[in-house]
Amino acid sequence: MSALEIVGLNKSFSGFRVINDVNLFVEVGERRLIIGPNGAGKTTLFNIITGEIQPDAGTILLNGQNITNIPVQKRSHLGLTRTYQIITLFPNDSLLKNISLSLLALSSLRWSPFVALDVRNDIKLQALEVLDQVGLKRLADRPLNQTSYGEQRRVEIAMALAQRPKIILLDEPFAGLSIEERTQIRELLVSIPEEVTIVMIDHDMEVALEFAEKITVMHFGEVVVEGSRAEVVEHPKTREIYLGE
Amino acid sequence: MTLYIILTINSITMGGLLFLLSAGFSLIFGLMRIPNLAHGALFMLGAYFGVTFLRMEVNFWIAVIFSGVALAIIGGVIERLLLRRLAGQELAQVLVTLGLAFIIADVCLLIWTGDPIPLNAPESLRGVERFFGIVFPRYRLAVVVIALILAIGLWFLLERTRLGAMIRASVDDPEMARVTGIRVSRLFTIVFALGAALAGVGGVLSGPILSVYPGLDAEMLPLALIIVILGGAGSLPGAFLGSFVIGFIYNFGQVFFPDLAYVVLFLPMLLMLVLRPQGLFGKDPL
Amino acid sequence: MRERCLIIVTLMSLVSLPLWMGSDYYINIASQILIWAIFALALNVLVGWSGLVSLGHAGLFGMACYTGAWLLEAGWGHFTAVLGAFAMTILVSAIFGALSLRTRGIGFIMITLAISQILWGIAYRWIGLTNGDNGIIISARPTPFGIEMDTPGVFYIFTLIVFLLTMLIMAIFYQSPFGVSLRGTRDQSRRMSALGFNVWLIRFFAILFSGFFSGVAGLLFLYYHQYVSPHVLSLLNSAEVLLMVISGGTGTLLGPVVGAGLVVVIKNVASAYIERWNMLLGVIFVAIVIFMPEGLVPGTQRLFRWVFSRIKSIGAAIKSEAS
Repeated sequence: MSALEIVGLNKSFSGFRVINDVNLFVEVGERRLIIGPNGAGKTTLFNIITGEIQPDAGTILLNGQNITNIPVQKRSHLGLTRTYQIITLFPNDSLLKNISLSLLALSSLRWSPFVALDVRNDIKLQALEVLDQVGLKRLADRPLNQTSYGEQRRVEIAMALAQRPKIILLDEPFAGLSIEERTQIRELLVSIPEEVTIVMIDHDMEVALEFAEKITVMHFGEVVVEGSRAEVVEHPKTREIYLGE
Repeated sequence: MTLYIILTINSITMGGLLFLLSAGFSLIFGLMRIPNLAHGALFMLGAYFGVTFLRMEVNFWIAVIFSGVALAIIGGVIERLLLRRLAGQELAQVLVTLGLAFIIADVCLLIWTGDPIPLNAPESLRGVERFFGIVFPRYRLAVVVIALILAIGLWFLLERTRLGAMIRASVDDPEMARVTGIRVSRLFTIVFALGAALAGVGGVLSGPILSVYPGLDAEMLPLALIIVILGGAGSLPGAFLGSFVIGFIYNFGQVFFPDLAYVVLFLPMLLMLVLRPQGLFGKDPL
Repeated sequence: MRERCLIIVTLMSLVSLPLWMGSDYYINIASQILIWAIFALALNVLVGWSGLVSLGHAGLFGMACYTGAWLLEAGWGHFTAVLGAFAMTILVSAIFGALSLRTRGIGFIMITLAISQILWGIAYRWIGLTNGDNGIIISARPTPFGIEMDTPGVFYIFTLIVFLLTMLIMAIFYQSPFGVSLRGTRDQSRRMSALGFNVWLIRFFAILFSGFFSGVAGLLFLYYHQYVSPHVLSLLNSAEVLLMVISGGTGTLLGPVVGAGLVVVIKNVASAYIERWNMLLGVIFVAIVIFMPEGLVPGTQRLFRWVFSRIKSIGAAIKSEAS
């Protein structure tokens, strides 16, 4: 059984095909990289997997369960989580509060209006643990907007990890980071437990290449090449897309 | 039978008046994303201007035109001085129009007092016409004809002129319009003034039928809201159709469900929201 | 420590107000302020914490008034009347929510306005049911634990207790997991649903919560005046409470309360001298939006900071000149 199984996926925006008959099978515990130039349809693919966009056709199976018609908010409860390329966190709240929100999302506590959140120590402890995992524990009480861009990217990933997902979708986690910050993110990704499936998209081949065993190349909404790192790098079509040969 | 005919005539007349009210409201909403909560007040102000012009013994039609022009100026000033400063802040714009609605209504009360003032229809249009044995009040026929002429005029303006093309483009995609060099801010002033003028004309024309009284504004504003929700924001055909639907429901409702006339009026709106939130001709939900 | 002292002093002076306030007129104004403050706090749950601006809250407030009045008029006891009023308010809030949550932003404003206009229309026109413009008079205030509430002082204390309870519940609500989630949906609704929050349902519950406290305010209003007329459902009423929320500032718990105090005082002062309350209301609306868009409490803070910094810089300039 695949962790993620996508069959015959199609999506058009005002007559323009952005996802064209995409099939994708990702095994449990796999690290998969999807690359392709800007506009290849990678982020749209993510948005469809998480349910933020409805596909025109096709089915999506998560651990064998058909989630194509399940609403967005239920999918994270099934173990699917994602990060965003553009920071969409809560800028005025502390890192702790940001992570707490992510933890709350899966807890029935989120409906409780009659107890202060700060009093709930278990959530706080869990959130601190996650922050520790991404190396930001010392900044726990700092408002997000007073942290660096690199740190915010790590909070993004921490919010995804906090939910103990079965599968994480990472949307260009390295984009806009310095070399040092990239190393930090890379170490962070390596530390993610093996049984967690990771699908990552990036438009820059160099940065993300070493991350994955298997790579999918997308171009104009289609899967063009798929295979091991060596196969994909050597494939003429990859070279055509990336080197213009 | 006669009752139905009278009701039908009244409904159509009402529809015409409502179109003058809601066409501007809809265009302003579609283009600027402002639900102009002062629109009912502008309609009433137009009617009161009509009162004053007629007291100065101005010809009825000249009074209608003067009112329209005066309201256009007031609308333009409101847009330039107040709404312009708040560009992009939708909530602030709504609140300003709400504040203006209260101010205008109170000024009207101060100047024209609280008593209802009936307006006289022009001499030539008093009395009735007979077609096929059915009696038509002349003034109501004239109102319908004027509303139709203005509707066609507006349609022509929007569909066949450069200005109209620019307005339509900006309603469809304001960002794109701006990029292609349309001066959207000037369009805002023009459309706001135009909407106010239409409301003013509608106000005067409504005078001989509804008479003018404090509270006319609060009665008209919800009607404009309903019509736009029914027809779809920024759609002229939507406003046209919605106006007549509401015109009919308003008149028939008052006879058949006098207690619930106001509720019946809102039912189509609620239905539309549930079934088709973007309205009959709208592209996006509100 | 200083904060705690301040709270205690404020509480003491609020509780003892009937003793030092002298005239009944002022005690009544204090009661009015508290009632409106509860209403404004209720609306602030939507405007401030959910990012949903309702221009139809008078509809919820008024439904509580009318339901209470009907039940009392029909001969039911106060307990039943209050329960019935809450049930009705929650029901109407649910209808409000189900319809208005089909849209966001401007659409939300228009739909809430339209629904409250329907309710106003019913109250005004359905004379058999509501006695139209003449309204409904209720004969007596309730007597909780056998305490008569027919003097302004006692009614004030009762209102104060309800108000303080409301403040407490609101303060806890604000910091509760639900309150935090609600503000999350205001700031990043898309992110919130991706995280696993049901944004629609969260907003819906917020509307019910807000509706409940609008109902509390409505019932107090009914018992205060012992009378209800269609005016409670009018757009003017919705606009006034919105003005309270916005003028006070939506960010803090204190903002709506300050706003309520301000509007009620201005209204009473103004009506003593001029008849033009509506015009004044309109002018305040326009002025606040243009000059203090973030509300009075933050706005005044900003103004003070600005003045202080000017004084400081002028002082510094004088010093440097002198040396």
